[in-house]
Amino acid sequence: MRTEIFFIIMGMAAVTFFTRFASAVLFRQTGVPTWFERWMKHVPTGILTALIMPALLLPKGYLDISIHNHYLLAGIVATVAMYRFRNAIVTMSLGLVAMLSLRWLGV
Amino acid sequence: MENIGKEFPCAQVSSEFWIGVRDSIPLVVGVIPFGITCGIMALAAGLTSGEVLLMSICVFAGASQFIAITMLGAGINGWGLIVVTTLLVNLRHLLMGASLAPYIIRLPVALQALLSFGMVDETYAITIDRIYKKGYSASYQLGANALFYSAWVLSTAVGVLLSGYISDPLAWGLDFAMPAIFLTMLIPRLVSPTAVVVCGVAAMVAIVGMLYLPGQWYIIAACVSAAAVGGLMEKEVKHAN
Repeated sequence: MRTEIFFIIMGMAAVTFFTRFASAVLFRQTGVPTWFERWMKHVPTGILTALIMPALLLPKGYLDISIHNHYLLAGIVATVAMYRFRNAIVTMSLGLVAMLSLRWLGV
Repeated sequence: MENIGKEFPCAQVSSEFWIGVRDSIPLVVGVIPFGITCGIMALAAGLTSGEVLLMSICVFAGASQFIAITMLGAGINGWGLIVVTTLLVNLRHLLMGASLAPYIIRLPVALQALLSFGMVDETYAITIDRIYKKGYSASYQLGANALFYSAWVLSTAVGVLLSGYISDPLAWGLDFAMPAIFLTMLIPRLVSPTAVVVCGVAAMVAIVGMLYLPGQWYIIAACVSAAAVGGLMEKEVKHAN
């Protein structure tokens, strides 16, 4: 273990923990203000959308809206499956089957 | 809800923990290829097995570990540069932490710290999904965190061991498990006009942000605009009523 790498890792660990814990520390004394809670209510939808969209539309870092984009096609399969069956396991299975078949068929 | 973890019988707390573990299994499938890749990449970039394992054990943050490993591999080893980059990449956790704060701040401080340490994108998604469906449970969140943490550390170790035998586990297609599961969590939320607009705005900002903003700022940009639009729209609805 090189010393400089050890300190880099410790620094990374410290700032990462800070970002995860700071909000709880900040609000522990004061409680969460109602107006803030109303805004934060939409963070889950925002985060989920922000994690899904680029993974489907820009899987390789550039915008790819074509039938060669397997992530987009499998994402559409999963979305339709979720609206149709309302079941997470079915949706994920169909999505993954679509993804793996496209991958292996080399479409 | 205030008494979770205090007055609930141990058996129930422990069963909530295992339900959290169980509910996380599908998502963890999507994380394992990333952990393996992390181990393989780190050795290729010149880190030792001990160094990359220590990183996965202490940092537990996929995106920033990949970036740090890439920087180290490219010969960039300035402490400040790597640590500040890690901070910027993980700033989105401030927003996630703030959205969980109303539930977490009632718990003992040590438990808050432990739950916060394990809060990554995936465990956050699992926790808010549970809140949306059945309400908050600290044991449940701890179960999800425990599974993801073990999977991350173990899959990094597997990557270290397999390094040289396999190439690019991300080409398997299993990484699609992540967006697929997030879709199953997102779609049930889109029941009100406000939620649909919030999702639309977040989608546009995320795509444009991914194209034009550096690093992972697109997540923060999408999230802040989603919160702002949602907050403003709810105010309007209240006034209209």
